[in-house]
Amino acid sequence: MSGVDQLFVQLKHWALARCAGILPEAWQPLVSLLLSIIPLLVIFPTLFAAMVWMERKGLGRIQNRYGPNRVGPFGLLQPAADGIKALIKEDIVPRAADRVVHWLAPVLLVTTAFTVYAVLPFGRNMVVVDLEAGLLFFFAVGTVAELVVFMAGWSSRNKYALLGAMRAVAQMISYEIPLVLSTVTVVMIAGTLSLPQIVLAQSPASGWWPAWFVFTPWGAAGFVLFLIAANAEANRSPFDLPEGESEIIAGYFIEYSGFKFALFFLGEYLSLFAVSALGVTLFLGGWHAPYVVGEWVPSWVWFFLKLLAVLALFIWTRGTLPRLRQDQLMNFAWKFMIPMTLINVVIAALWHWIGSGPVRWLVCSALVIGAYSLLGRGLMRAGRWMPRTYRFAE
Amino acid sequence: MLGEGIIKGMVETARNFLGSYVREDRLTTVQYPEEREPQIENARQFPFLVYDGEDWETGLRCVACQICEKECPPQCIYIVKSKDKKPDYKGQMQFYPAIFDIDLSVCMSCQICVEVCPFEAIKMDTDYEWSTPDRFAALLVHKDQLARPNAYYQQLHPTDAAASDAVLAQERARAQAKARAAAELKTKAAAPPPTS
Ligand code: SF4
Ligand code: SF4
Repeated sequence: MSGVDQLFVQLKHWALARCAGILPEAWQPLVSLLLSIIPLLVIFPTLFAAMVWMERKGLGRIQNRYGPNRVGPFGLLQPAADGIKALIKEDIVPRAADRVVHWLAPVLLVTTAFTVYAVLPFGRNMVVVDLEAGLLFFFAVGTVAELVVFMAGWSSRNKYALLGAMRAVAQMISYEIPLVLSTVTVVMIAGTLSLPQIVLAQSPASGWWPAWFVFTPWGAAGFVLFLIAANAEANRSPFDLPEGESEIIAGYFIEYSGFKFALFFLGEYLSLFAVSALGVTLFLGGWHAPYVVGEWVPSWVWFFLKLLAVLALFIWTRGTLPRLRQDQLMNFAWKFMIPMTLINVVIAALWHWIGSGPVRWLVCSALVIGAYSLLGRGLMRAGRWMPRTYRFAE
Repeated sequence: MLGEGIIKGMVETARNFLGSYVREDRLTTVQYPEEREPQIENARQFPFLVYDGEDWETGLRCVACQICEKECPPQCIYIVKSKDKKPDYKGQMQFYPAIFDIDLSVCMSCQICVEVCPFEAIKMDTDYEWSTPDRFAALLVHKDQLARPNAYYQQLHPTDAAASDAVLAQERARAQAKARAAAELKTKAAAPPPTS
């Protein structure tokens, strides 16, 4: 079991030992880091290609279409074809654009998207750096995406790009709060900000109920809230207002073509993977199996299975829900998401305070359901429908 | 309750997703180059010039009246009238187009040229596979590429073709009747007045 489980860790140690003979001592940490980083730089772009294929196939089937089926068997080589197309396309920069910022935006997006992978544990002993405040680091670096989006929109000198960037900033700032607040519950219960420690707090117990945080009232609510906020952070449908093809024709990356566009695309998906991986780590037990018997499957297999499941959920919602309107978006964030996450923090505190036993299950579940239905009713009532009056058309 | 509609929608899309693997009839996509759907009779893509008889050069019905050129909304027809004349289907001497070009990249398939032509000379083709590797010259379609026999028209749009054939036959009959009447009048005039 531990052989396959620790395969990559052992491989790295072996390679490091090989290098030790050739390279000076001072280079050791650097080589060690490189050996951890390079696999990530290979795996996640590959996952990006796979995800694009899965997404196009999945959306196609949801709409009763075939999806890509021409390039390679089942259209599997479609991402390669897309990549080649993006590479050989002309790179157009508007004459009035701010060239430096215009160039910097996609590069920065991809760089920061990769940076957050440093703190995510992909398997037992498989984390690049075990930061004490890993969760904080994740959010701190992740916020750069907002800056990048605004850089792209501003530097393009295009009204649609700027509108898209404004929308994106408004949306990302609004949803950043519930995103962080929904993870606070986990930090409270696990008592640590380090992601590997949080995973350890969800180690399978001997009982019949898995120890994943999602299998608690506050965890379930937190996970759903986290997914919604993550969806909004990733600018994906139904929160794709900043892109809004039918309104502002791709928003902040309207002026990007060729490989820069591909970089944007890559960056967006990398952030999506990162935030999904964070969701898996925080709520779905990270690389842990639900039960002790499941531990014979290597930890990284568990992790990637869960990651794929979360990604499938993202594709599914994208295929189902239509785009929100700007006021609906803001209403949802400020009147539902934020109160709900705040209440959830209180519920998590109660959960900790009451101590184990059926009482806390009852109290916390009742609180979650009550808060949800009350806030939901408030949100549903918020739309006041009136007959439409036309002032000028009469 | 909030979220009910979302759940319903998710169930629906899940049914679509799974159903499309189980039931073939859900997938309405036509796999184009291998499969084709038959075109309906009134399909229209791009104009062509009709000719009667065997030889397209002498048989073209077009008399270069240039009405279609003037009426075409995007102005994609270019006609140069001939210097000499040739007999048309009625035997009447008419001009013919020395040059008749239509720009395929500009034509919007509106069929207005067909509607305005008084000579049943230009009709709509249903062929849509005109792609070429050349963006400019190859998209300017010339007279020789545009010419199609009347039989082709009859095959494409049987109803329309029958109507247009009837119109032409009527015209021809009227012209012949007129010619006969004129000839009769002439013979009458030429004949010595009846002596009484
Ligand atoms: S179909 Fe319309 S656009 Fe095309 S040549 Fe005729 S009149 Fe012009
Ligand atoms: S196609 Fe018809 S309308 Fe156009 S020039 Fe010829 S005869 Fe005239």
